[in-house]
Amino acid sequence: MNLVRNHVLISIDAGTIMAGARAVEKTLVDEIASQGLTDEISVLETGSIGATGQGVVLVVYPEGIYYGNVTPQDIPELVEEHLLKGRPLKRLILSEIPKQHVIKKEKTGLLKEQPRIVLKNSGIINPENIDEYIAENGYEAIAKALTTMTPEEAIEEAKKSGLVGRGGAAFTTGMKWDFARQAAGDIKYIVCNADEGEPGTFKDRLILEGDPHKLIEGMLIAGYAVGASKGFVYIRGEYALSIERLEKAIGQARQYGLLGDNILESKFSFDITVMKGAGAYVCGEETALIESLEGKRGHPRNKPPYPVTEGLWAKPTVVNNVETLANVPEIILHGASWFRGYGTEKCPGTKVFTIIGNVTTPGLIEVEMGTTLRDIIYEYAGGIKNGKQFKGALVGGAAGAFLGPDMLDVKMDFVNLKEYSAVLGSGAILVMDEDVDMLDMLKSVLHFFRHESCGHCVPCRLGTAQLVKIIDRMSSSKGRKDDIDKLMNIARVMQATSFCPLGQSLYLPISSSLKYFGDEIRSRARQ
Amino acid sequence: MVTENQCHCEQAQEEELYGKLKEVIEGHKGKPKELIMALHKAQNLFGYLPRKVQEMVAEGLNVSLSEVYGVITFYNFFSTVPQGRNDVKVCLGTACYVRGGQALLKKAEKELGIKAGETTEDRRYSLGIVRCIGACGLAPAMLINNDVYGRVKTTKMMEIIKKYE
Repeated sequence: MNLVRNHVLISIDAGTIMAGARAVEKTLVDEIASQGLTDEISVLETGSIGATGQGVVLVVYPEGIYYGNVTPQDIPELVEEHLLKGRPLKRLILSEIPKQHVIKKEKTGLLKEQPRIVLKNSGIINPENIDEYIAENGYEAIAKALTTMTPEEAIEEAKKSGLVGRGGAAFTTGMKWDFARQAAGDIKYIVCNADEGEPGTFKDRLILEGDPHKLIEGMLIAGYAVGASKGFVYIRGEYALSIERLEKAIGQARQYGLLGDNILESKFSFDITVMKGAGAYVCGEETALIESLEGKRGHPRNKPPYPVTEGLWAKPTVVNNVETLANVPEIILHGASWFRGYGTEKCPGTKVFTIIGNVTTPGLIEVEMGTTLRDIIYEYAGGIKNGKQFKGALVGGAAGAFLGPDMLDVKMDFVNLKEYSAVLGSGAILVMDEDVDMLDMLKSVLHFFRHESCGHCVPCRLGTAQLVKIIDRMSSSKGRKDDIDKLMNIARVMQATSFCPLGQSLYLPISSSLKYFGDEIRSRARQ
Repeated sequence: MVTENQCHCEQAQEEELYGKLKEVIEGHKGKPKELIMALHKAQNLFGYLPRKVQEMVAEGLNVSLSEVYGVITFYNFFSTVPQGRNDVKVCLGTACYVRGGQALLKKAEKELGIKAGETTEDRRYSLGIVRCIGACGLAPAMLINNDVYGRVKTTKMMEIIKKYE
């Protein structure tokens, strides 16, 4: 590696590409060349820097200065001022730096240490270069597992860490692995659920775009623990950049002998295939996902048998979320007790949230489990946009719960939220200010479910259609007296009788929106 | 003469496409589990999945035509009718919905003279709805082919769409 004077990191993700990052990158490289600085300045592509809506974002190291909304026209000035003369270009410096990124300085001890487990490398390394991942202790965890741990010990470590599934269901990962390990049969599978379809959630996409090797390593460890030699990543067809980066990463890992036969000269062999989903929300449910992997309509299956005993092609199968697997290498490398140092007693570790809606800096954050909603909104996302009042938040995606202002100080983790009849779900937080019409919000959620109901079972197929009918008439101010009761009744029946979580989970957004905003919804319906 | 030439040309093009489809199917031959991957590739070639393509895929992968049809109609991504050259999709995920995704859709429907799920007569545009593309920070978002547009305004929307021939 050449020694250079400055590193310029350019965030290349779906959001910044849309803002013209490729053009900026090209202009930057050309300009650096024309100034004769090619040997001194290195331009690196990296994943999301965590800020969305700031246009093209650049970071110049070693100063660690963030520039936002950069256009190709700005580049000559930026290169001349900062890179040639060493004077930061003030007019482009981002005033709202995504807070979690300040922690990069943790290495220099300047600021309080903040957790970064899943997003450790995201926005720092070039995701398309395996060497950069390795330089950040990448693939050390799988080496440690293969050389110093038995599969049982790896499972034990995962159990002790208290890691639970980050996709929403919060099942203990180590237990899931254990069940699959103990299940009869020689052929077993690891499936990574990257069919991120929960509205408002894009954490998995940014993990995949920012650090694909971390997922590969997590799957390797899971495969070793369970005794599987084959892994699948089921990924949303719309995630073009994630697919491209992941496939590139898999190719590199194969070249390095980190995927394939006898990995690191051990007896362990493992390979990964990427499968594209075709757009069906229900496929996020693990048995529906498995059906889809088998090339069929994505209808959920009866449980039991659970996938850990009879999953893909009737073989024992572990289905883990992207974020869950991305936690695994760090746990193996640093140990369960290190992991338990983060988060709460009952729910250790961190959680990646996507925070969207009416906040000043929407984006991706990783915080300790148990951080309050207030801190997430006001400390990390810069508060409510335009100085407005907080009205409510929809936490956990469309299948999540609405929270009112009195929930601001509740600790956000899987266990604690349950006590308030809410869920963490996928970690999407949609923040609503005083101007948002709650009836309209609920309507959007119900329309979403009607569209995504797969039609397999009656309560969900008919229930979602009826709910939409009722909410539509309410929103056109033709609501009837007993409409609210009807909504609740249908939701209750669906919760009790639907075949899979899709239909069951609708009760939550309906009941919680009525709990916090019932008066408003009632009066809107009768206007 | 000119029309005849075009006709030949189209025919030749079609033959070439079917030739390519055969190659695709060869790669998945007798593997029902790879149906969705094969359909992805087939739709990439043709832009949609006409009956003849469905039949060839069914035969090649050794699944019944009804199963192929069942899979195609289950997933949003697949289409059995010809699509426009440009695929305009308005995001109606929760965040975009709150920030005016519906108004965008209405505007596009009005301007293009078609409903969501339809294609303009000149086949220049297909209009559709997409459910959350993870661009929530930039709501409301619109997807044209593989390009994502964020913070789209109804007043600026047609300007963007018209850029696509």
